Amino acid sequence: MAQTRHFRNVVMLWLIVTVPFEALMIFVLAPGMPPGNGSVQAAGQVTDNTVLFGLATPVTTAVLVFLGYCLYAFRERDHSSALEGPAIRGDAGVQFWWLLTTTTLVLFLAAYGSIRLLQDGSGGGQGPNPIAVPAMAKGDAPLQVQVVAQQWQFDYRYPKYGFETPDLMLPANTMVEFHVTSLDVIHSFWAYQLGVKADANPGVDNIAYVHTLGPLTINVRCAELCGLWHGYMFDTGHVVPQAEFATWAQQQQTLLAPGSKRLPKYSRTYFPSPVRRSG
Amino acid sequence: MSAIAISASRPTKSFWQRLGGFNMFTGIALGIAGWFIGYYAIGENITGHTLTYYKAQAGENDIAVCLGYVLGVVGFLVGMGFANYPVRRMLGHPPSLTEHESEGEGAARYFRLCTDHKVVAVQYLIGIGTFFFVGGLNAMFIRTELLSPNTHVFGPNQYLTLVGMHGSMMMGMMTSGILGPFANWVVPLMIGSRRMAFPRIEALTFWLLMAAGVILVTTIFWGGFQTGWTGYQPLGDEGTAGYDAYIGFFGLVGLSMTLLGLNLMATIITMRAPGMTWSRLPIFCWGVVATAILMVLAAPMLIATLLMAGMDRTVQTGFYIAAIGGSAYLFQNLFWVFGHPEVYILALPGFAIVMELLPVFTRKPLWGYRLAVAGLLGVAFLSFFVWQHHLFVSGIDADLRPFYMLSTEMISLPTGFTFLVVMGTLWRGRIRLTVPMLFCVGWIFNFLFGGISGVFLSDVPSDVTTHGSFFSMAHFHYTIMGGLVFTFFAAVYYWGPKMLNVKFDERLGKIHFWTLFVAFNSTFGPLFALGFLGMPRRVVTYPLGLQGLNDWVSISAYCIGLSMLVFLYNVVKSTVFTREPAEDNPWQAKSIEFSLPTPVPVHDFERLPTFDPDPYPYGVEPAPIGAPVPAGGVA
Amino acid sequence: MGVATATAIVCAAIGLYIGLYLANVPGSAAAVTSSQGTSLYLATVPAAALSDPHNTWVSYYAVNSSGGDWRHDTTYVLPAHTLVHVTIFQYDSPSGIRNQFLSQAQGTTGGTFQVNGAAPEQAIASANTSHIFAVPQLGLSVPLQGVSGTAKNACANAPCSPTANAVEKVTFTFRTPGKGLYRWQCFVPCAAGYIDGFGGPMQTVGYMDGFLKVV
Repeated sequence: MAQTRHFRNVVMLWLIVTVPFEALMIFVLAPGMPPGNGSVQAAGQVTDNTVLFGLATPVTTAVLVFLGYCLYAFRERDHSSALEGPAIRGDAGVQFWWLLTTTTLVLFLAAYGSIRLLQDGSGGGQGPNPIAVPAMAKGDAPLQVQVVAQQWQFDYRYPKYGFETPDLMLPANTMVEFHVTSLDVIHSFWAYQLGVKADANPGVDNIAYVHTLGPLTINVRCAELCGLWHGYMFDTGHVVPQAEFATWAQQQQTLLAPGSKRLPKYSRTYFPSPVRRSG
Repeated sequence: MSAIAISASRPTKSFWQRLGGFNMFTGIALGIAGWFIGYYAIGENITGHTLTYYKAQAGENDIAVCLGYVLGVVGFLVGMGFANYPVRRMLGHPPSLTEHESEGEGAARYFRLCTDHKVVAVQYLIGIGTFFFVGGLNAMFIRTELLSPNTHVFGPNQYLTLVGMHGSMMMGMMTSGILGPFANWVVPLMIGSRRMAFPRIEALTFWLLMAAGVILVTTIFWGGFQTGWTGYQPLGDEGTAGYDAYIGFFGLVGLSMTLLGLNLMATIITMRAPGMTWSRLPIFCWGVVATAILMVLAAPMLIATLLMAGMDRTVQTGFYIAAIGGSAYLFQNLFWVFGHPEVYILALPGFAIVMELLPVFTRKPLWGYRLAVAGLLGVAFLSFFVWQHHLFVSGIDADLRPFYMLSTEMISLPTGFTFLVVMGTLWRGRIRLTVPMLFCVGWIFNFLFGGISGVFLSDVPSDVTTHGSFFSMAHFHYTIMGGLVFTFFAAVYYWGPKMLNVKFDERLGKIHFWTLFVAFNSTFGPLFALGFLGMPRRVVTYPLGLQGLNDWVSISAYCIGLSMLVFLYNVVKSTVFTREPAEDNPWQAKSIEFSLPTPVPVHDFERLPTFDPDPYPYGVEPAPIGAPVPAGGVA
Repeated sequence: MGVATATAIVCAAIGLYIGLYLANVPGSAAAVTSSQGTSLYLATVPAAALSDPHNTWVSYYAVNSSGGDWRHDTTYVLPAHTLVHVTIFQYDSPSGIRNQFLSQAQGTTGGTFQVNGAAPEQAIASANTSHIFAVPQLGLSVPLQGVSGTAKNACANAPCSPTANAVEKVTFTFRTPGKGLYRWQCFVPCAAGYIDGFGGPMQTVGYMDGFLKVV
């Protein structure tokens, strides 16, 4: 039967295309993809992306191979031809298997994504009362860093050391608890290599966890349109060995003393004046 | 034909006589007058402590600006003649459903309030087409600015205004890009109703949209706005009066969308001819119903959201200002409750057009009609439960993220139905790769990548990196430009000749498709990579290392522009110069609109049509088992 | 034909207006190099000149060494890898800082600045701060002391005079980086009337924002 032959062709073609491409995707391309292995959370995102690429590849190739085959095998070059295709109006079996496959895929993806998310927060902002707290953050107190966004600069307040600085410096192999907030409009703190992104919302303490690994240079960018200099709201941070971090923190305490003594009391959110139009 | 004959002999008027009366020119004149009354006569005379201070310090008066826009629109609509009928009715005149329908085929009909659904459709096509090209031009400017990270062609203020105008124009005006021209034109024909349920409201939706478009462009008088199409607060509140133009624009768009949806829904529910049962309804009409439900339920949310933003700016309420008890989250939440259905308002008509056209060009019935309907309605239903995936890293309702992950990924189920229907219809068809069919095939390819990339964005761990980056920008361009715009062109090439009674050049159409398809993928494919490499959206500068990719994207974007010029040339050539009349049924389609003569008579049908039990009566019925296969009948 | 011509004229006028809007980029002023080194002279005013389209907005201006020759330029051209002496004639009154740590100068030579030639200072009280000259990409940020709010001869609109109007002269030195385009801005919520003090002039290049073009 013609139908069986066509179907067999499509399946064979799909296998021929998918098997090597899938292997390439899972073993070569996806593991090397951003954001890289700069932190536990970033590495987790790479794993997650690898799973997604692994599932997306056969689906994509299936549709493309099917489309390509149809256009090649069933093309009618004579547009005025009176010939018509077969009047097939559906097939319960195909619909059943399609629904079963896609539903299984979707449920797996949602379950897998949720488990991964709840394990360590995946570096995303979780609001003031996070539920996805990494196991390590529950033991030793994590290093708290408050990210204060304002138009158009991120500043980092280290409550443990009592200073605020425009330079982001983090110790290696440490659990860090970012508290992201804003003094004016909505920004988004994106520490690319750490795999951290958390919106800075005025009046909100948005917490994100990250477990740093070895020394690293971090590109920090604002990922939410915040006005004129949104595109220029970037800086460079560093993950350094723990001893180096301790020295740096001590130096900053002295260096930034004149500014530090004017800082408002540490708080999870700030509402400096003016706030409304009447000035 | 009789309707045309009646109206043929009217006394000719001079140009100036024709300019008088209620039409677009009077509308513009009264609109400008309304602006002056609103701004100067009323707005400037309202006083108060805050306002006086604000005027003295900022040199602006938002209350006057907003009143100017409101009265300007009212003046424009009065000048167009929208007040005449209500006034006539109050004076005791009899009810009537038509205005300016039987006045011959002159161009004047297109510049005034006309209740012929075919005239409104053409108005929509030209009006929206114009703004589509202006929006596209903005995109060319954006890509010009991004050619270099260190040399600014326009500067950050103008760049952000261009980004905002491009986004607003495309998301606002193009929302009605398919429903406006094509649903208005074809739905009454498909269901055998001769008109829409509310013909005057049909015209009103179009003229509101045009007023909205003009208001958006006036933003540059006030220095533009810096918020992009999402208009987030409190950034919008910091803006100059340019943001008032954004509020006025999107508010009117919301109103137009609500009315358009209501009208289409009422038409399909109540105006179907005898015999046009729900199971005989063409799939395009089902797509329109699904979209109309979204419009009616989602767009009022937009109006309310913007009304509150406007009140924060003018009468100093604090809905979105955290320090005085409001919340910036509130705006994000409300905006996306509208905003996510909105993107499906853009996508669903595309699904419907592909499924409507495929049977014609594969010469087969639609495969899985009920599945197709379930897919359309399923997407519409689910789209109301996913909006917080736009706020995955915002810290809002973080505990609900697994739910939104599931609901978002579930949308791929009904979308998958559509893909299965499309694939089933292609299977063993006799595929004619005409220009409309090519655009449908383009949709399958583009929307596949749009949908798959959406899975990455719906997965929270993956979204942490891609959120707010060029990756998400590439994703929604694949679904909206690759989805909506490609099917828009499919519809233009498919129904356009019949609507405009001209024949398009097929060779130019094919050149248009292939250049657009290649340039589109070459533009938006690399944007996925740029997003992965850490480039956020809406930035005026970027790391030097990304310049190569950005330049590639910009040059590809110019190729999209050139491809659109091919289309424009094709349209101008066939409508202005060659003017070769279209055939009645160039595609051998079996749907009702193609059984009518071209041009379609003013009152559509001589007598009401009868309907086939299968809306897609194509194909050869399979022979009984054991019978010989008819020669060439089955592939 | 008349309609076509009229439409063409209207379209051309709209196109021209949009073109002018898009091409409206503030002018640039170069640093002065003399035997004393490279110097940049700026002034800040509570409101731009009366002839300016936004004559109620605060603004930076480029001036000469004696505080005259006012030009509404906000792109400043500086030589690369050079010490630049910046002098800012400050005519505006204070409006406070939203983020207090910016009351300390950063990124200048010695981390200090001088007001009216007095002893170098590291920081000033937030309440006395009128503007900040900051280049975040370079880690440069200097608080600018405001003139007393009750000064009798306070300047209203540009141009102002260092002899006739109340003025605070702030000076500092910083080293320019390699070639490139850097943006500068003010961090004080000085856009009176706007929410957070950050609208209008704070979000428009040519008033409280601009570029450093290092060549």
